[in-house]
Amino acid sequence: MNDVLVLAEHLNGELKDVTFEMLTHARVLADAGGAKVAAVLFGSGVGDLAEKLTAEADEVLVRDHDGFANYNSAVYQPVLADVIRGREPSVVMIGHTAFGVDLAPSLSVALDAPLATDLIDLAVEGTDLVATRQTHGGKVNERVGFGDAAVRLVTVRPAAFAPQAGSRGGSVIALDTDVPQEPAFRRFVEYVEAAAGDVDITKSDVVIAIGRGIKEEENLAMINEFAELLGGVVACSRPVVDAGWLPKDRQVGSSGKTVKPKLYVAIGVSGQFQHVAGMKSAETIVAINKDPKAPIFQAAHFGIVGDLMKVVPALTEKITELRA
Amino acid sequence: MKIVVCVKQVPDTAEADVKLGSDGRGIEMEGLPLQINESDNYALEESLLIKEDRDGEVTVITLGPESADEVLRMSMAKGADEAVRLADPALEGGDAWAVALALAKAIGGMEYDLVLTGCMASDDGMTQVGVTLAEMLGVPHATYVTEMEIGDGSVTVGRELEGGLVERVEMSLPAVVTIQTGINEPRYASIMGIAKAAKREIHTKSAADLCLDAGEAGEAGSRTKLLKLDYPPAGEGAEILDGTPSEASAKLANVLKEKGFA
Repeated sequence: MNDVLVLAEHLNGELKDVTFEMLTHARVLADAGGAKVAAVLFGSGVGDLAEKLTAEADEVLVRDHDGFANYNSAVYQPVLADVIRGREPSVVMIGHTAFGVDLAPSLSVALDAPLATDLIDLAVEGTDLVATRQTHGGKVNERVGFGDAAVRLVTVRPAAFAPQAGSRGGSVIALDTDVPQEPAFRRFVEYVEAAAGDVDITKSDVVIAIGRGIKEEENLAMINEFAELLGGVVACSRPVVDAGWLPKDRQVGSSGKTVKPKLYVAIGVSGQFQHVAGMKSAETIVAINKDPKAPIFQAAHFGIVGDLMKVVPALTEKITELRA
Repeated sequence: MKIVVCVKQVPDTAEADVKLGSDGRGIEMEGLPLQINESDNYALEESLLIKEDRDGEVTVITLGPESADEVLRMSMAKGADEAVRLADPALEGGDAWAVALALAKAIGGMEYDLVLTGCMASDDGMTQVGVTLAEMLGVPHATYVTEMEIGDGSVTVGRELEGGLVERVEMSLPAVVTIQTGINEPRYASIMGIAKAAKREIHTKSAADLCLDAGEAGEAGSRTKLLKLDYPPAGEGAEILDGTPSEASAKLANVLKEKGFA
């Protein structure tokens, strides 16, 4: 097996967690295949990030260039394609993030290489690599092979692997690959931070989250009452924001906020990984959902399988009785 | 402005007990309602808003079996002008690469300024076809778009990154934009629209029409190989508090009291 290449992702001078998660799993693959782990780092003024990566990778391939000051897949793609052609790694790991999803498919076409996305596992089986990913909202696991491809591209689901701090002491190798000018056909304009709302859901010890299962906006009144009883704030998963029932700053998940309350009650939330990523560190997680197969029950400590329209009023009543 | 919208018909499995087919390569579709993929529905709405705002023409395109005509008809009922179905068993069962190639062959032969599609299909969750298509067409792309403004020969989009951060990007047209849910409020079709759309023609194209040979289409044309489907291993999971809603709630109330919340 050739190298396992990991594309380091960073923003505002910080490496993303998924980078370390991928490097940890890359080590498992490399050890199984007798190969090396190489991290690839593109950026502007990223020397200190390269040093951090030496603990995890055998080689840190760095291209430090102004052209990488902001993320642009149209700039990243040709440079990364050049590096891959030069090194012929067996597998290239990219985070399944807004950044990776924008880059990996175009890289796949440029290299004519197979791409499997949003992996929760990747394993060496004989002389082949087999990917595991999820379909149908996490209700099915799909195993995917790469045919006879020499270079395999994958995007890896954030938090699929637990990162372990390494002590590799790898070497930093400065690349001199050409970096093209930002093309006129796609230009970075700016980053816009989310506006702060009236409630900061990350500051509350109790978070009551609702999801698609809430069905109607008028059912929010019942949830507000329940949240008030427990002294909590009301948060939600993406469909509730999409429907316009709660503002974006109440959304928990990878594209919203990450919360770590003492109590998290997920009501009618199916538990897609994007949501779970934002609440899995809560101390006690309770799920109420009518679908016993909903992935939220894998993330929760306590669950009730039932119709939230019946369970929430009953629960409100029982808690009120206990306090009386 | 000519807009092509790529849509997919998917089974609604949100609250369903998904069963695997006996061959381990698909799920049992019986009893599952079919619907337009959620983010594709937002992409369709975005195309209709542009059409209304600046005089455009919207073509919806899908790859799928005859049942997918329903999604195309509903799109026309809402205001799409033309509908195309890549209709050939040889095109089915492909990975994102094979699907994108068929779409690229079809769209490459059309006049277009903008291609819109959903950022992810809710069934296979690939998040891959839109960008692959853009690269095959040789046009720029942007993913996870939650805001969009058409300029003069250009489009400025807001991409939703992690943690609520939005990245604004300007692209020249033509371009492919993958739309995230929540960008707009998808409309419902009117009864009149549905009645009119029922009579409209749906153009069909076979693999041969797209100049795709057997090795380029469907499973044979796929770069990745589906090996097997399984149920996810049952983890430790939650402790389920059972009984009637009242009984289960009483148990949960006690748990919450023990932990100092109630």
